[in-house]
Amino acid sequence: MDPALLSAEHGIGGRFGPYGGRYVPETLVAALDDLSALYHEARADAAFWAELDALLAEFVGRPSPISVAPRFSEVVGAPVLLKREDLNHTGAHKVNNTVGQVLLARRMGKRRIIAETGAGQHGVATATVCARFGLDCVVYMGAEDVTRQALNVYRMRLLGATVVPVESGTRTLKDATNEALRDWVTNVPTTHYIIGSVVGPDPYPRMVRDFQSVIGREAREQMLERFGRLPRTIVACVGGGSNAIGIFAAFLDDDVELVGVEAAGHGLATGHHSATLSAGCPGVLHGSLSYLLQDPDGQVAPAHSVSAGLDYPGVGPEHSWLRDTGRVLYESATDAEALDAFQALCRLEGIIPALETAHALAWVRRSTGRWAADEPVLVCLSGRGDKDVAHVAALLGSPV
Amino acid sequence: MSESSITRAFEGLRERGRTALIPYLTAGFPDLRACEGALRAADEVGDILEVGVPFSDPLADGPTIQRSTFRALEQGMTLPGTLELIARCRLRRPVVVFSYLNPILRYGVERFLRDAAALGVAGLLLTDLPAGSDPGVEDAVRESPLDLIRLVAPTTRPERLSVALDGAEGFVYLVARLGVTGATGELAADLAASVGRVRAATGLPIAVGFGISSAGQAAAVGRLADGVVVGSALVDVLGGGGVAAARRFLEELRAGLDPAPVPA
Repeated sequence: MDPALLSAEHGIGGRFGPYGGRYVPETLVAALDDLSALYHEARADAAFWAELDALLAEFVGRPSPISVAPRFSEVVGAPVLLKREDLNHTGAHKVNNTVGQVLLARRMGKRRIIAETGAGQHGVATATVCARFGLDCVVYMGAEDVTRQALNVYRMRLLGATVVPVESGTRTLKDATNEALRDWVTNVPTTHYIIGSVVGPDPYPRMVRDFQSVIGREAREQMLERFGRLPRTIVACVGGGSNAIGIFAAFLDDDVELVGVEAAGHGLATGHHSATLSAGCPGVLHGSLSYLLQDPDGQVAPAHSVSAGLDYPGVGPEHSWLRDTGRVLYESATDAEALDAFQALCRLEGIIPALETAHALAWVRRSTGRWAADEPVLVCLSGRGDKDVAHVAALLGSPV
Repeated sequence: MSESSITRAFEGLRERGRTALIPYLTAGFPDLRACEGALRAADEVGDILEVGVPFSDPLADGPTIQRSTFRALEQGMTLPGTLELIARCRLRRPVVVFSYLNPILRYGVERFLRDAAALGVAGLLLTDLPAGSDPGVEDAVRESPLDLIRLVAPTTRPERLSVALDGAEGFVYLVARLGVTGATGELAADLAASVGRVRAATGLPIAVGFGISSAGQAAAVGRLADGVVVGSALVDVLGGGGVAAARRFLEELRAGLDPAPVPA
């Protein structure tokens, strides 16, 4: 890719409007300075992107296609198109970022990689690139998620990674992230931390966005080439928000409606949800200022979602800014709606989506009547649902 | 601006050739009553007190402070509760509130500074607010009666030292080693060099913390620095043996730091 094709470097000062920043212990400041400087150099270096593009083509299998979803479209009453990130190697969009960051780690000469993971997709994608490049890999995962996502835990171990179950706090993604940051503070001279979403201190939110923006760049070209137009609406699920930023980034200046769908869990009114942008207020967690689920004392509130990948009380700072400016509309879908949409896509299209992605599909399904019959709706199919099959079977009352 | 109580405390110690003992306690741990007892003991034996505000996501803390934090939160400790606790103990020594940023943001930065100053709180140390990261908050603290206590880490480079110390007040908190808070067996070998680097860059007193867990270590650090912070080890002793054990431990630390009395 020609570096000139990257969108303008929003967030260069580490802020998106008031959001973002670098709220970390002093010990990490030097490493973040180094990473920013290195990324600034790599971002302008055609050779860096050439190496990345080659890996994305040969190792990941990009470009990912856009599939028409004819039977799902009938239900919705408008053409629904799916950007197939589930067809990437490792089964989700997460690998777009880990391939990019592992190249940066190599440039820095760091041979030990750490990561946090919720559903395990980012952990698998990190373990995969570490195996490919012969780097040590330690993945922190909430003890709760280790149980919920046993298959991905075993995949990581097969790939040679050490998986550390995190027992503190709520034993989910936010606590895994705390533990990864503690490791990084301790081992920072030898270790690179591959954050899995557009969260964390600067430069992570803008760097991860750039690596994920390949989704939107491809989709824009594919739309124009195959359909001769841009979509009316683009829909993506939002936990931390990396697949959403990845597909939105290429369309921010177009007349295209952008919709992020958060996890409403048992319902926004119950307090058991992960809908940070719908129900949170600004606060600082994991290095940046962004919308946050928190109690009146400023303690981070436990999140809930049927999907481990969305079960996070924070959100990327760029999403907070896109929310406040109104450029992106943030909606939510409940656990039950997501489960219904999950099954619908299986039966109507022969595609088993990740439970995370099912939230985006649920909102589209619920929004029947929003579009004319010729207005295409593009959904980022962020990952495949094989990892969720046992969990869904248990929820639907027929454990496998 | 008038001289802060922290500055006066260090001046007094310097005149007497003593090193400051700076105990850290998590507000509300192990319970409200024992915490009050421990704070009073620390007030009698120590020179400056650090009171930690419990936060749900203590990412710069090791297992001991994490456990004390969660225990305090389970029992309902909050930021207003921490201020009430400080008020109730009527402490004579300068108090530094040690917190992550979010509880203070939620309470309101200006409101916190006003309320804390009214109680006589002397300083504020924000674990996740490195120098330059949020000028709005940093300026508000500096303009308040509270001292803005800065951290310097082993990874803080010479070119950043001036940024990290710009606007620092009270004393400089030197993190003794890479990593999170917690007791360790041995001190960093290059601690003397680190103290020297900071000494060359500031006239403020230097307190060293992270991993100091015995009277012997406190004494060794006391020969290099102006103050010694003891947190996790004290919290461990308090959790295991209660207020009486915490007091004994503080007295051991004190004896380690103070020069032997000159025979009459």
